[in-house]
Amino acid sequence: MSAEQPPRHASRGSARAARPRRVSVVGVLGELLLTAGALILLFLGWQLWWNDAIMAGQQSAAASDLGAEWLEEGKAARGDAPAPDPATYGDPVVGPATYGDGEAFAVMYVPRFGGDSQRRVAEGTGLNVLNSTELGIGHYPGTQMPGQVGNFAIASHRSAYGGGMHEIEQLQLGDAIYIQTADGWYTYRFRDFEYVTPSTVDVLAPVPHHPDLQPTDRVVTLTSCNPLYSTAERIIAYGVLESWQPSTAGPPAEIADVVATWGS
Amino acid sequence: MYGALWRVLPGPVWVRVLLALILLVAVVFVLFTWVFPWVDGIINPIQVTVDT
Repeated sequence: MSAEQPPRHASRGSARAARPRRVSVVGVLGELLLTAGALILLFLGWQLWWNDAIMAGQQSAAASDLGAEWLEEGKAARGDAPAPDPATYGDPVVGPATYGDGEAFAVMYVPRFGGDSQRRVAEGTGLNVLNSTELGIGHYPGTQMPGQVGNFAIASHRSAYGGGMHEIEQLQLGDAIYIQTADGWYTYRFRDFEYVTPSTVDVLAPVPHHPDLQPTDRVVTLTSCNPLYSTAERIIAYGVLESWQPSTAGPPAEIADVVATWGS
Repeated sequence: MYGALWRVLPGPVWVRVLLALILLVAVVFVLFTWVFPWVDGIINPIQVTVDT
């Protein structure tokens, strides 16, 4: 029976119409609270999945563009010459000691994180880098550079904002952590995890936890938040440099197929 | 509140359901496109770095 129909029994019809018009304060308050709860859940859904997925796509596309650019530069520099002999690679080339805040100088690719996990690494760990639609990974200023003896320390989100280190806890001993720069490719191998409080800045020392020691190893340190969806602790993943190859030698053979799809 | 909205919507039930869904989608679109990015900028940022 729809509202347009004239009420057949006047008394019953007026009783029906009168009931819902009674506005109760508690009723409106209840609806407002339910709405607020739904809005908060919707915001979390937006932040953790919707916006996260959009930013992940933007960041990985920006990273593969930059990586492909350096790849082309390497090819152009080599020209028609044969691939350089690995025996001539020598010590890893280390780029400039510092960059401008927010300047992208490397691309990180970790196969364990998935096919589209490449991200730009930029100087600084501010929101302009970590929450950027094209960067995503920040280099702690003052820590060492890729390939340098000491500690190349970087940070990224684990959830939301593209989550450059979303799968960090999936790393297994010996997993490759590839860092590409304009100079070439640095292959680090994952060593171990640590779970620390947010103020444990010693993990950034050239020899992690031993600020007084002189470094002899080339280490990469990944930092993100822990546990997932919380910021109570930090998860730290260490890797050690295994090898280096100049950009004229192209990407490491194991990821050549993936890298070939970048920039297209 | 929502009861009043339901009564304001015209037409038979299926039209009202359709209109309510269109309104819901419009509200979510506005939230996702403008409101949530703005809210995100003013609430405490998620910290992932080690810092003193």
